[in-house]
Amino acid sequence: MMKRLIIILALAAIALGFFPLAMRISGDSGLTALATHYVEAGADELGAANLVTSVVVSYRGLDTLGEVMVLFTATTGVTALLGAGKSKSHKKEKESERDGDGRREGSELLATGAAFLFPILVLFGIYIFLNGHLTPGGGFQGGVVLASAFLLLLFSDCRLELNHALLKGAEAISGAAYVAVGLLGLWLAGGFLDPRFLPAGEFGQLFSAGAIPIIYILIGIKVGSELTGIVDAMRRCS
Amino acid sequence: MTHIVLALGFLLVCIGFWGLMTRKEVFRLIISFSLLDTGVHVIMVGIGYVRTGTAPIFDEALAVAGAVGKVVDPVPSALVLTAIVIGLAVTALMLSFAIRLHASRGSLAVDDMKELKW
Repeated sequence: MMKRLIIILALAAIALGFFPLAMRISGDSGLTALATHYVEAGADELGAANLVTSVVVSYRGLDTLGEVMVLFTATTGVTALLGAGKSKSHKKEKESERDGDGRREGSELLATGAAFLFPILVLFGIYIFLNGHLTPGGGFQGGVVLASAFLLLLFSDCRLELNHALLKGAEAISGAAYVAVGLLGLWLAGGFLDPRFLPAGEFGQLFSAGAIPIIYILIGIKVGSELTGIVDAMRRCS
Repeated sequence: MTHIVLALGFLLVCIGFWGLMTRKEVFRLIISFSLLDTGVHVIMVGIGYVRTGTAPIFDEALAVAGAVGKVVDPVPSALVLTAIVIGLAVTALMLSFAIRLHASRGSLAVDDMKELKW
């Protein structure tokens, strides 16, 4: 009873703390000064048609690099937690898996569907992160679509073994290249992660906005390979 | 409109907190955390909303000149965009903790874990 009272009190305290904040926000307040600057000058400064991409990749590029680091740490944690205990018994497990221990084959419907959808999903993921500076989308979303393609493939065929060297290589190279592009910006343009060391190109075209598409491609590959690694680690341990 | 979105996000946050405080199974705690996470995302998107504003993406329909007042705030959208993917990865990390816990003790109940109790 006491416990329940404390919980209700805590929830009420959260509500009271949040309510005045929420009531001050309304749709009429317009843009903040910072957002106004981004909307007015963003297109001229960076040449990306998608302002959200300008903010993610350039204005807040350091934040995004930090988020990619969080993603990397989480992936490392998943692999360490799920991979460590299994390495000894891995061979034995593999043998028992071959006997079909508990794991059912994906149905024919799923297998056919996955084989049909896999290339389309990969293509769609690549399209999303290639056009991240022009249309809604970008590296994070494209990477997730790529990982979902691999998830579908792993569902449909339980004996499938992904090439881990390739996954790790793609992840490591894209991560290192992201930092390298950032350093190039520091050297050739205004600062770390400044994408303007490449020509801005024609506004609204695929080859525009300096290094923003390159950074988003690298983020897309990194997110895709990391999430695929997470999915694969979870599958192998179960 | 903004108030409805904010209220819904706030409701999700409260459900998440309530779950974190009352549930006693690791898996349910993870679900509560995901709800909390989603609520925060909804609130952040709601904060950036401007009435009658459209997505801040320039094309034929939205010229660069005079775009202020026609678009929503791009900063919260950018933050939420990355936060969703990070939330997915963090949830995966929590789930793998749960898998290891279950493998080593055969139980996911918080009451069975007594090492840090005092």
